[in-house]
Amino acid sequence: MPAVQETVDRVRRIDVDQYRYGFETVIESEKAPKGLSEDTIRYISGKKNEPDWMLQWRLEAYRRWLTMQEPTWARVDYPKIDFQDLYYYSAPKPKKQLSSIDEIDPEILKTYEKLGIPLREVAILEGVEPVPGAGSPETRKIAVDAVFDSVSVATTFKEELKKAGVIFMPISEAIREHPELVQKYLGTVVPTSDNFYATLNSAVFSDGSFVYVPPGVRCPMELSTYFRINERNTGQFERTLIIADKGAYVSYLEGCTAPQRDENQLHAAVVELVAHDDAEIKYSTVQNWYPGNSEGVGGIYNFVTKRGDCRGNNSKISWTQVETGSAITWKYPSCILRGDNSRGEFYSIAISNGYQQVDSGTKMIHLGKNTTSRIISKGIAAGRSQNTYRGLVTAHRKATNARNFTACDSLLIGDKCGAHTVPYIEAKNSSATFEHEATTSKISEDVLFYCVQRGLSQEEAVGLVVNGFVKDVLQQLPMEFAVEAQKLISISLEGSVG
Amino acid sequence: MALLEIKNLQVRVEEREILHGLTLTIDAGKVHAIMGPNGSGKSTLSHVIAGKPGYEVTGGEILFKGEDLLAMAPDERAAKGVFLAFQYPVEIPGVATMTFLRTALNAQRKARGEEEYSTPDFLKKVREISKQLSIPQDMLKRGVNVGFSGGEKKRNEVLQMALFQPSLCILDEMDSGLDIDALRIAADGVNALRSPERSMVVITHYQRLLNYIVPDVVHVMSKGRVVKSGGKELAHELEASGYAQFEDAA
Ligand SMILES: Nc1ncnc2c1ncn2[C@@H]1O[C@H](COP(=O)(O)OP(=O)(O)O)[C@@H](O)[C@H]1O
Ligand SMILES: [Mg+2]
Repeated sequence: MPAVQETVDRVRRIDVDQYRYGFETVIESEKAPKGLSEDTIRYISGKKNEPDWMLQWRLEAYRRWLTMQEPTWARVDYPKIDFQDLYYYSAPKPKKQLSSIDEIDPEILKTYEKLGIPLREVAILEGVEPVPGAGSPETRKIAVDAVFDSVSVATTFKEELKKAGVIFMPISEAIREHPELVQKYLGTVVPTSDNFYATLNSAVFSDGSFVYVPPGVRCPMELSTYFRINERNTGQFERTLIIADKGAYVSYLEGCTAPQRDENQLHAAVVELVAHDDAEIKYSTVQNWYPGNSEGVGGIYNFVTKRGDCRGNNSKISWTQVETGSAITWKYPSCILRGDNSRGEFYSIAISNGYQQVDSGTKMIHLGKNTTSRIISKGIAAGRSQNTYRGLVTAHRKATNARNFTACDSLLIGDKCGAHTVPYIEAKNSSATFEHEATTSKISEDVLFYCVQRGLSQEEAVGLVVNGFVKDVLQQLPMEFAVEAQKLISISLEGSVG
Repeated sequence: MALLEIKNLQVRVEEREILHGLTLTIDAGKVHAIMGPNGSGKSTLSHVIAGKPGYEVTGGEILFKGEDLLAMAPDERAAKGVFLAFQYPVEIPGVATMTFLRTALNAQRKARGEEEYSTPDFLKKVREISKQLSIPQDMLKRGVNVGFSGGEKKRNEVLQMALFQPSLCILDEMDSGLDIDALRIAADGVNALRSPERSMVVITHYQRLLNYIVPDVVHVMSKGRVVKSGGKELAHELEASGYAQFEDAA
C-alpha cells in the first residue's frame, strides 16, 4: 500500500510543527503568585473587584476541589499535573479600566490581527470564496469578545447589542453589573461539585463571556469569543454563561489558539447554556490550541466541561465543534433535555495528528416528553494519534417518546493511529427510540490516486477527501467560519500553508 | 512527431513481472487502440503511464514530449497533459463534482504557471461541455460519482477530459458496463476531442467500442508485450478469430 504509506510519511513529517498560530506576544503582565490556595482565590476575586457572594462561591468550590480526585476513565495518558506549579491568573498591564479599544496595548491588538480576528467595530467579515453558482457572498456583522490569558481585552458592537437588549460582556463585568442574573444562573447547569476540572474552574475562573438575550429577541448578529493563552505556565480557566430567555435566539462562536511551548499548558473551561421556553442557542467552537510538536512535546491539555440545559418547553440547543488542536482533549458538550419537546444536537469534527489524544463526545439526557436529539460525529486520526468518541444517550422514566439518532464515522490515515467508539445507551422508558450507526474506514488509496491523476498534490487530495468526509458537520457552522474551519482542517493534516 | 515513446518497459507488481519489455510509439494526433485478453497487462500499462504507486519499473523508459515521464510525480504528469479515464471511477462523498473540477483544473493551471480561471469563465466552460455530454446541472452539485450510473460516471470522465484539454488521453475499458446509448454519447464526446495535437490510447477487450471511436493504429497485447500492430482492420480480424492465436505467439 505505497500510496497510503507515502501519505502517512508526509503527514508524519509535516503535521504539528507547522502550527500557524505559534507566535508569542511580548507584553508586560501581572500575575498571581504561583500555586493554588485560598489566598490565590482571594487575590483573583480582589483583582476583579468581586462582591463577597462571588468570593464565597469560589472558596466553597475550592474546598470541595481539595477533596476530589482527577478522573481517569478517559482514554488519554499524560504525566501527573502539579497544580501548585501553575499560575492561576495573568493579566496584561495596564490594569486601569479600559473604556475604548484604543486603550488596548497595541501588541495585543496586533496579536488578534495576526489571528485574523477583527476587534475594530468597523470590521465586517467579508464572506467567503464564492461558491460556484451562488450569488454574492453575504456580509454580516460579528460581535467579538477577546480574552487574553485571564482577562477580556475587548468586546465589540456593545452599543448596538445593547439597543436590541442583548447583554454581551466579559463575565467579570457581568458579576458587577448584572449580579442578579449571574447569581440566578451561574452553576445551575454545571454545579460547582460537578467534576474535578469544573470544580477547579469554579474556584479560579478569571474571565470569559456572559450573554443574556431577553424574551422574544433574536440576537441581531453572531457573537464570538476568541481565547488566547499567551503567558508561560499559566492555566486558563474561562467561564462562559449564555442565557436565551423565552423565545430568544442566539448563535455564538468561540475560537482558541496558543503559542508554541515546550511545556504543557492547562486549559479547563466551563460553559453553561440555558434555553427557556421556545428559545434556541447555537454554540460553535473552532478549537485550535497548540497541539504539541511532532515528538509529542508541549501542547495544551484541554479539559473542558460544556453543558446546555433545555430548561423550557420547545427549546433547542445545538453544539457544533471543530477540534484540531490540543495535546489532550477531554470534552463532552452535552444537553439536558428537560423541557417537553426540547431538542439537543451535537455535530463534531475531531482531527488528531502527531501524538494528539482526543477523548470527546456528548451526553444527551432526555428528561422531558417528546424530546429529540441528534449526534453526528466525525473523527479523523492521523500520525500516532488516538481519537475516541465517547457518547451517552439516556431516557429517564418520564421521557416518553424520546428519540435519538447517532452516527459516528471514523477515518484513519495511516496505520499507527487509532479510532475508538464508546457509546453508552440507557433507556428507562420503553417508548424511547434510539438509533446508533458507526463506521470506521481507512482513507482509500484509489480515491487519493484519482485526485492526484487529476492534478491535485497528495496533500491536497487528503485535504479534499477529509473535507468531503466532514461536510455534514461543516454545514452546521456559520458560513464565514465554515470556510475558516475548512482551511484549518487541511492545514492540520497537511502542515504546508499556501 | 512522437508524443509518447515507451521503450522496452519492464514492470513488476509485488515481485511478479507483469510487463516484459513493452515497446510502443504514439505520434501526436493519433488514436491507438490496445486490445488484448484479460490479464494481458493493459490496465497495468495505463497505471504506469499515469504514475500510480505500487508498480516497480525494473527496466526501460517512457518519454512524453521527449521528457522522462517516469521521473515525474503523478500530479506533475497530469499538469503536463496525461489523462487517464478510469475503468472504475471512484466516488468521493461530500465533495461536489463542481468543486472537484475547479480544484483540479486550478491545481493543473497553477502547476503550469497559468492563472486560475475566474468563476464566471469556469462556470461557462463547464456548462458548455456538460451540455454537449447531456450531463444535467444538478449532477454537478452531487458528490463526485456518488450515486452516478455507470454511464454517468463515464460521461463525467469525458467531461474532465474536455475541461482539462490533456494532450494524451488514455481510456481504460470505457465501454465496460455501458449500454449502446450510453456508449454512443461517451464516444461522441471523445471523438469531439480528437485533434492534431492530441493523442489517445483506447484500451478495450472488445471490438465494439472501435466502431464508435475509430483508431488509426491497433495493437494486440498478450502476456505483457505488444505482439502485433496494424491498421483498424486488425480489430475486425480479431473479432473473427479471437485472441487464442496470440496467446501462443507471446
Ligand atoms: N495490484 C496487483 N497485484 C498483483 N497482481 C496484479 C495487480 N494488478 C495487476 N496484477 C496482475 O497483472 C496482470 C495484468 O493485469 P491487468 O493489467 O489488470 O490486465 P488487463 O487490464 O489487461 O486485464 C494480471 O495477471 C493481474 O493479476
Ligand atoms: Mg484492465
